[in-house]
Amino acid sequence: MATREITLAHADERDLTKLAEYEAIGGYKALQKARKLKPEKIVEELLASNLRGRGGAGFPMGRKASFLAKGTGKPTYLCVNADESEPGTFKDREIMLRNPHRLIEGCLITAHGIESQHVFVYLRGEYHDAFDVMRAALEDARKANLLDDVTVVLHRGAGAYICGEESALLESLEGRRGQPRPRPPFPAVSGLYGSPTLINNVQTVATVPTIIEKGGEWYAKLGPEQSPGTVVFSLSGNVVRPGNYELELGTPLRELVFDIGGGIPDGRELKAIIPGGSSTTVMTPDQLDTHLDFNSVAEAGSQLGAAAVIVIDERACMVQLALRSSQFYMHESCGKCTPCREGTRWMVQLLSKLEKGRAEQHELDLLLSVCDRMLGKCLCALGDFAAGQVVEYATRFREEFQRHIDEGGCPFAGESSLEGIFAPVDQHAHAAGAEVRA
Amino acid sequence: MTQPAGELAGEIRKAAAQYPDSRSAVLPALRLAQERHGGWLPPEALREVGDALGLTPAYCQAVASFYDMFHLQPVGRHLVEVCTNLSCALVGAQQVLEAFERELGIEPGETTDDGGFTLRAIECAGGCGKAVVVSVDERYREPVRPEDVPAIVEELRGGD
Repeated sequence: MATREITLAHADERDLTKLAEYEAIGGYKALQKARKLKPEKIVEELLASNLRGRGGAGFPMGRKASFLAKGTGKPTYLCVNADESEPGTFKDREIMLRNPHRLIEGCLITAHGIESQHVFVYLRGEYHDAFDVMRAALEDARKANLLDDVTVVLHRGAGAYICGEESALLESLEGRRGQPRPRPPFPAVSGLYGSPTLINNVQTVATVPTIIEKGGEWYAKLGPEQSPGTVVFSLSGNVVRPGNYELELGTPLRELVFDIGGGIPDGRELKAIIPGGSSTTVMTPDQLDTHLDFNSVAEAGSQLGAAAVIVIDERACMVQLALRSSQFYMHESCGKCTPCREGTRWMVQLLSKLEKGRAEQHELDLLLSVCDRMLGKCLCALGDFAAGQVVEYATRFREEFQRHIDEGGCPFAGESSLEGIFAPVDQHAHAAGAEVRA
Repeated sequence: MTQPAGELAGEIRKAAAQYPDSRSAVLPALRLAQERHGGWLPPEALREVGDALGLTPAYCQAVASFYDMFHLQPVGRHLVEVCTNLSCALVGAQQVLEAFERELGIEPGETTDDGGFTLRAIECAGGCGKAVVVSVDERYREPVRPEDVPAIVEELRGGD
C-alpha cells in the first residue's frame, strides 16, 4: 500500500498543534534552511518538485510562483486558500486541525521564496475549530520569533463556496461580494489590491517544507512522473471506513475504496464514484482500476479535482443525485454570468420535473442543451462544474434517466437512499411561501 | 446582547488595522456586529459597521446578503444546521433533518415560536468523513444519527 504521509506525518502519534512537539519532529528546520537560501533557489526547488496544486486545478506551484511580476514597486502577497468547500472535501480542515505549524512553516518558506512580507490565509468561515487551532499556533510561532518580518493574517470567510475560486477569494478579501474577476490580468500580475499575488491551497503550501528539506528532485520521484507526491484523499459516502488518507498519487481507485476504505457497507453493490468532489464527473465500477493521479483520472474522462472520493451504492437514484448536486450549484452561483445564473436554475427545474416523472422526452434533450450552453461560457469554472457533472450523470446513467420518463415517476419508488433530500435552495423557496415538496 | 456602539467600533477598527485597505475588514466587522446583535444583522448593525469603516449601510447590506453565515432576519437563540449535501445525504441526512423537524415542531428555514431555535439545511460543511454533520451554534457535532437528536435538543433547551 503506497501510504506515505507528508502533510499529516506524525499527527497520529503526537499532538502537533503544540509548537514543541512539531519542533521535536524537525519542524521549522526547513524554514531555517530556506532563509539561508536565496529566494530564487526556493522557486527552483518548487519547479524541480513538480508539486501540482492540491486545490483542484493541479497547476504546478513553482510555475505559478515564477509568473509573479517583478519590479512593480508594489508589495507581493501570498494568499493561502483555506476556503475548503468543495462537496466531499475535508482534507484542509484536518491538516489545519492536526498540523497547523506545517502550514505556517509552508507559508513562511513560500513568502521568503516570493519575497513577500504579507500572508493572508482565507479560512472558511464555518471552520471555527480550525480557526481556533490556527490562531493559537500562529501566536506560538510569533512568540518564538519564527515570523521574522512577515505578517500572517487569518481572514475568515462567511459562507460562500465561490470564494474558493481564486479571483472571487481576492474580491472577498478586499471586502466585496465574492464574484470572480475576468482574466487576464492573472493574480500573478494583478491580484490582491492590484499587486502581484500567489494563491495556493492549504495542502500545497503545507507540502513546501518537505520539498525544501529533502529537495525538489526527491519529491518529484514520489509516485507518477506527471503527478508526483502525496495527496490527502477525503473518502466519504457509502463506504465502511470514511476519512482522510494521505497516499501517493497514482493509488488505484479500487485500493482506496476497498482495501483502505473497507468497501461498501452491508454487502451492497457499488454503483458510482465521484473521484474529486461534486464538481468532478462521475465514474462507474468498471473504472475501478483507474490510478488516482491528475493525468490518469483525466484519461478516464473525469478529474482528480480535490481528491474527494464520494462512494455511491446501488440504493441511490442518479436523477435525485444530479438534482441535489445541481441545487448546490444553483445556490452557490454568484449571479454574475447569465449562463451560470440562469442555467443552474433551469437545470434544477428540469431535473425536478424528471424526478417527479413529469418530464417529456424533449426535456431530457433540453437539459443537455442547457448544459451545452453553459460549458465554456462563464467567467469562472463554477458554470462548467455545474453543467459538466449533469452531462455525465445523464450520459452514463441514461437508461435510469429514461426510465423516469417512460415510467412516469422515479423507478426507485421512494426507496432511494436520497429520497426527499432537502436542499438549502428549497429553504429559500419555503421562506417565500412556495411549494417545496412533491 | 447589544453592547455600546463605541465598543464595537473599536473592535472593528482593530480588525481593520490588519489590512492595507480598511474595506477588507467588512467581513470580520459584520461577524463582530452579528455576534453583538443576537446572531443577526438588524439595520443598526449595518449602520455601525458602515460608520466604523467609512462605508454606506447599503454597501454593508449588499456584502452581507451574499454570504450564508450573515443573517438579515432574526434567528433563534440556537442555530441548528444540518448538512444535506451529497456525502451526508447518502448516509441519512434527510432522516436527521426530519428528526430535528419533529423534535422542534418546525420546518427548515423556520424559528420556533419561543425564539429558542432556528433550523436550517446547509451545503457541504466539510465534515464528510463523519457524516451526518450538524452545526449547532456554529460548532460541529459529527457524526449525528437520528436517534441522537432528542438528546441534542434537550441539552440545548437545558442550557437556556
